[in-house]
Amino acid sequence: MYDIQEYLTATTVEEATALLAAHPDLTIIAGGTDVLIKMHHGQGAKARLLSIRGIQSLQGVRLLADGTISIGPLTTFSRLATDPVIQEHIPILAEAALSLGGPQIRNVATIGGNICNGATSADSAATLFALNARLKLESSQGERVIPIQDFYLGPGRVDLQAGELLTALSIAPEDYRGYSGRYIKFSQRRAMDIATLGVAVLCRLEAGGLLADVRIGLGVAGPAPLRCPPAEEYARGQKITPETFAAIGRLAVSSTRARTSWRASREYREHLVGELTRRALADAIARAGGPGSI
Amino acid sequence: MSCTVGQSVTRVDAVAKVTGQAKYTGDFMFRDMLVGRLLRSPYAHAIIKNIDTSQARALPGVEAVLTYKDVPQHKFPTAGHPYALEPGHRDKADRTILTSKARFAGDAVAAVVASDELAAAEALRLIKVEYEVLEPLLTPAAAMREGAPLIHEDSPRNIISSKGYELGDLDAAFQEADYTFTDELETSIVQHCQLENHIACAYVDSDGRIVIITSTQIPHIVRRIVGQALGIPWGRVRVIKPCVGGGFGSKQDVCLEPLAAVMTLAVGGKPVRLELSREECMIDSRTRHAFKFHIKTGVTRDGRLTGMHIKAVSNNGAYASHGHSVAAACGSKFRVLYPMPALKYEPCTVYTNLPVAGAMRAYGSPQITFAVESHMDSIARRLKLDPIEFRRRNLVQTGYVDPIDGNVVRSCGLRECITRGKELIQWDTKKARYQNQTGSKRRGLGMACFSYGSGTFPAGQENAGARIVLNQDGSVQLQIGATEIGQGSDTVLAQMAAEVLGIPVDSVHVISTQDTDITPFDTGAYASRQTYISGMAVTKAAQEVRTKVLDVVREMTGIPVQALDIKDGDIVYRHSGEAVTSLAEVALHSYYDPVSARPITSDVSNNARVNAFVFGVTFAEVEVDLPTGKIAILELYNVHDSGRIINRRLAEGQVHGGVSMGLGYALSEQLLFDEQTGKPLNNNLLDYKLPTIMDVPDIGVDFVETLEPTGPFGCKSLGEPPTIPVAPAIRNAVLDATGVPLNKLPMNPQFVFEHFQAAGLIQEGGEA
Repeated sequence: MYDIQEYLTATTVEEATALLAAHPDLTIIAGGTDVLIKMHHGQGAKARLLSIRGIQSLQGVRLLADGTISIGPLTTFSRLATDPVIQEHIPILAEAALSLGGPQIRNVATIGGNICNGATSADSAATLFALNARLKLESSQGERVIPIQDFYLGPGRVDLQAGELLTALSIAPEDYRGYSGRYIKFSQRRAMDIATLGVAVLCRLEAGGLLADVRIGLGVAGPAPLRCPPAEEYARGQKITPETFAAIGRLAVSSTRARTSWRASREYREHLVGELTRRALADAIARAGGPGSI
Repeated sequence: MSCTVGQSVTRVDAVAKVTGQAKYTGDFMFRDMLVGRLLRSPYAHAIIKNIDTSQARALPGVEAVLTYKDVPQHKFPTAGHPYALEPGHRDKADRTILTSKARFAGDAVAAVVASDELAAAEALRLIKVEYEVLEPLLTPAAAMREGAPLIHEDSPRNIISSKGYELGDLDAAFQEADYTFTDELETSIVQHCQLENHIACAYVDSDGRIVIITSTQIPHIVRRIVGQALGIPWGRVRVIKPCVGGGFGSKQDVCLEPLAAVMTLAVGGKPVRLELSREECMIDSRTRHAFKFHIKTGVTRDGRLTGMHIKAVSNNGAYASHGHSVAAACGSKFRVLYPMPALKYEPCTVYTNLPVAGAMRAYGSPQITFAVESHMDSIARRLKLDPIEFRRRNLVQTGYVDPIDGNVVRSCGLRECITRGKELIQWDTKKARYQNQTGSKRRGLGMACFSYGSGTFPAGQENAGARIVLNQDGSVQLQIGATEIGQGSDTVLAQMAAEVLGIPVDSVHVISTQDTDITPFDTGAYASRQTYISGMAVTKAAQEVRTKVLDVVREMTGIPVQALDIKDGDIVYRHSGEAVTSLAEVALHSYYDPVSARPITSDVSNNARVNAFVFGVTFAEVEVDLPTGKIAILELYNVHDSGRIINRRLAEGQVHGGVSMGLGYALSEQLLFDEQTGKPLNNNLLDYKLPTIMDVPDIGVDFVETLEPTGPFGCKSLGEPPTIPVAPAIRNAVLDATGVPLNKLPMNPQFVFEHFQAAGLIQEGGEA
């Protein structure tokens, strides 16, 4: 039995932002797979919920005329995993989507909720970081678009201001065209688990077997998902050699802020960052038509 | 159609369960049913100085608030064991309903009865408790320390029991040995995680008796213990056990029922439901004892064991529950596997300020089998002996008599199990293939053996009851004291009754619900005793009905009984199979003959004074990812000697479940607690790594069907055993793959990584 005081519903973005403006204490609920668990554990007693499930315009994935991929925040992980646009253009996001929970959870959990929940372990976050995703936030006052990296403020904290609703996640064509990717979720179980580490690597090759560009997104390597700028800068123009892999792995670790908890030690997490970044990069290169192993 | 035994007949409860018609405790609805909730101590060790319940009592919807001051304070035991007439053999009575001293973080210190869950939860928040916090004792070492505070006043150094045994002359055995080997091994605290959480519903009936509907393995024992806890005659308690969604030993204990009883008494007998959440269930039902073993073993040059010295420290948690008897069973059931000239077992069961450890599938045997079978492989490796050959030189033979309890090995298919396991996994071929591996992924093979009992004799009494009524159409009702908790006992017992009576199994109507007012006495579902022990009662009851039926036929026809048989519901000539009459005719006759009418029934009890050893093996092939410490199971086979298999499909189901429990034990499961405060860290199914179906490989199952002379139809136990040898087999496969002995459970990636790193197996920079 949940301690729900009130349950409002909206069917359009305008309706939702108007309700949010009028009632700043509303908790937005979409799939409910995070909100209800928090309530089960005693957070958010006497909650007043605003369900946005009925807002059709926030559903699904669209390929815009300029090549931008626009993802509705209400898109479920099941839909994301099977969506033709995602599968054709950014299959790494389908790979990440399939790593989340189990089939029942993926049928209701949404990508917008996954991001707005603010967890460093969010299964879509590392990949969206690597894709340079941009978030559109709307309120009754207007709208703004920010890079996903600016949205994460700390553990469980995101830059969703009072009255705001996440209405789109977009990925620009220059951020995915020509790239191959690999997402590795490292967890103890193959389903229904939280990542010990999430590693998303995107890469683009250029003629002559050189790395044109590498982008690395990590989850659970710090209080929020993060990118690895030194490793990415180093990678540009490098040959695909064991030394390159070793250096990229080492540099990736330097960007992390892992800590020791009862779930895993800092030393182990850092070791995994190096190891799994190398593995993800090797797979991404192989998917780009480069040498799979060296 | 007879020959029901040995057939994979469909479960008698299959349709009810898949259509949702089966009624579990949570499906019992009563008008105006109230909700019970418990307030739990945030401290692992604390004395309650004061409790103020006034605000909670004043909350609308709250019908009662209870503390230790409001409920009987009779000390009672909770273990699901038969009552012992001799006081010295009784379980330790160290609990009261609601406590004035919290002994683990989560101990229940107050209870609320309210109109709904939200009111109950709000009332819990309004109870003000003032604690005097004591030092939490979280390890046996801390608890046994000189001068440590006492968790229970009457247990010096917090030791519950340290009763062991010594066989033969250990000093002489070690002198005779060419080598001695020592290992330290350790297991973790794990939890049953059965599908259905603990739940009970209680009310007072019109006769003033307390009725408790509860998810339990042991209804008759619950009746006794509720009587003891409340200080009322046991007959004033009626316990009803409907369908149960699993227990694994967690419900071979009395956890909720005395609380549910005092809750209904506090609200004038209105029905109250007390249901634990998963988070509560994981800390306030029972856990599996973590053990630390120190083993020293003498071995001759040719690989014969001369003697073994085992010291075992068991972390029992806050209350005794099954405590001492788990350590005792741990030391007794394994020892038949490798008889040796000398064996000394020194257990020590210790109170700590952690959740209560109790019975869990195989009751101490997974712990000691992990230790001994890991130790055996480490010895074989150091002696450069093949681990299977080393075991073969020491295996038990049929005819062996246990020198302490007198139990006899009357059937033993262990050698055949090993041979079959080797074939299934292609041991020799793969061993040769994996000899010189390089690279970051390494494969290996491992195996482990086990021995176990069928029931608890002679440590415990093995009484079982069954009752059969022959209906007017020749079908029967079968009523048994043994409890179906998902393991399939109703089905195999129906098969046995059908076999003896010569009727189709669908003519046996099993009354699945146990109700202490009307069900024959049986101590319940535990110790893998239902098929073997309760099966004896069922065959006895069926034989009595069969004899009575044939007597009626003799009266009807004049044909001597020895010339008759019952086949597929017909009475036939034994020599030719020619039909004489039908069972239905005989049944009608028995009900309505003008002169001799006496409906045929039987009502028997069977006190079995016998036990049967079961044996088996796990063979595992693993692939170890050195840089991440992940262990993947490539192939796994369990081969069991459980005597004759009554229902192969159900037996395979037991093995699948047991192996998956063993896999979690081996690789991922452990309950964790804050090392300073003792607060639970992962009492939920996200952070407690119970394997999912995606994590369990295809499990190969086979049986070596010996015929156990003491078992009904030659059967022996199977319920618990499949979980016993899994963890050491995997550990031994990792040893084979990497040369690294992992002597602690679980072998999760972080733990494995640390050991591989220490062994120099992980290169910085890695391979791409």
